[in-house]
Amino acid sequence: MISRRLFCSALAACGLLAAAASHAQERFITVSSTTSTEQSGLFGHLLPIFEKASGIKVRVIALGTGQALDMARRGDADVVFVHDKAAEEKFVAEGFGVKRQEVMYNDFIVIGPKTDPAKAAGKDILEGLRRIEAAKAPFVSRGDKSGTHAAELRYWKAAGVDLDKAKGPWYRDTGSGMGPALNTAASMNAYILADRGTWLAFRNRGDLGIVVEGDTKLFNQYGVILVNPAKHPHVKQADGQKFIDWVVSADGQKAIAEYKIGGEQLFFPNARR
Amino acid sequence: MHEFNEPLITAWQLVAGADARLAGIVLLSLRVSLAATLIACVIGMPIGALLAVGRFPGRRTLIVLFNGLMGLPPVVVGLLVYLLLSRAGPLGQFGLLFSPEAMIIAQAILVTPIVAALTRQVVADSWSEYREQLRSLGASRGRAAATLLWDGRFSLSTAALAGFGRAIAEVGAVMIVGGNIDGVTRVMTTTIALETSKGDLPLALALGFILITVVLAINAVAYALRGWAERHWG
Repeated sequence: MISRRLFCSALAACGLLAAAASHAQERFITVSSTTSTEQSGLFGHLLPIFEKASGIKVRVIALGTGQALDMARRGDADVVFVHDKAAEEKFVAEGFGVKRQEVMYNDFIVIGPKTDPAKAAGKDILEGLRRIEAAKAPFVSRGDKSGTHAAELRYWKAAGVDLDKAKGPWYRDTGSGMGPALNTAASMNAYILADRGTWLAFRNRGDLGIVVEGDTKLFNQYGVILVNPAKHPHVKQADGQKFIDWVVSADGQKAIAEYKIGGEQLFFPNARR
Repeated sequence: MHEFNEPLITAWQLVAGADARLAGIVLLSLRVSLAATLIACVIGMPIGALLAVGRFPGRRTLIVLFNGLMGLPPVVVGLLVYLLLSRAGPLGQFGLLFSPEAMIIAQAILVTPIVAALTRQVVADSWSEYREQLRSLGASRGRAAATLLWDGRFSLSTAALAGFGRAIAEVGAVMIVGGNIDGVTRVMTTTIALETSKGDLPLALALGFILITVVLAINAVAYALRGWAERHWG
């Protein structure tokens, strides 16, 4: 029975090792944000600069804006950093957020086949969408309650297209993040509304290119909000506020402006100080 | 074949370059999935053995239940564990969400039914063989279960490996409860999902090749260990 005892103690030792492994306590905050800020590489550029300046690590959970706000409502984040003004203002009005501060903007663009079968190319987003609908050209929607999805629905409405009636096989509701939706669009050669940051960082472009850009309606504002400690007492108020103060500070704004892919700036700082 | 050449080269460059971030991700994957498998074995193997030799009401129902739960969808387990560990959930006070511990819990839940169901099969087979013998020695059912578990320990390593394979391969649960945080909860499968999202398919596939290689290596080591142990202790 010696071997049996040996076996059991080896098992127990493994268990202890697994339990004790690397549990260094570090100072960190949790930020729920959008896939666009993560997948465009902005956070990979920005956060090391903040971490060096403050000693606070930032753990980012990248989700669609709707999901990111819901996560914060449950108290699972200290700060939200998203892009859907109406939803953000609702979040603050409900008492889950302390205050919404604007940080930066980029813009939405319509991506589509370079051959542009729907003749949607141009500067006018509403006209472009009307033509896509009229041609019943394949269009991929995020369909995930993200900031980009909310913007897409606003544009369809403004274009006078009643999606409930117009929806057909041409309109593909994918329920996925920006990247996966772009992968789908690339493989179907479909039109899609995207944020410029994710598009610039996106590698699997297939035969897609920018079809509509430059309309002032395509402006895409990002905001940052501290989760209300009155609702969730464990929120790391001081460190979360430090992060917010930094992204809207001159240093933070400069760091945002400096992030470029292929010489092209992705986000334009516009915090009001 | 070009689609597969570039990822192979990338995979080789990542491994040959001893990429520190990649090493961290691989080690975290192993730590989480091995810990989850260990927990699943400690819980699942006794359950499986008792289901094999026990006689109690509801036993058949439990057997079907555990067999069925082998097909638990990872994303559902992830969601359940998320709701449990969320600050607004019943275990929220421990602040475990988005940690490797949360990922271990989720994977352990996913793997336990697999280990229990496979263990039951192994023990049930030897139970039908040794039943009379154990009875004549006056062994209680609990005692018999323990003896058969010990007796079948080499065959049971397959149950553990099946569980481990499920744990290290899944992405749905760890994505939700871990959050895919860079440097904290990012494991092989979530990295592959992320690179796919970025449209960097060659890198995603390269990481996939590395993951498959790691899993094969673990199985080879387990096989060798089993052979060695059988010769020494068998």
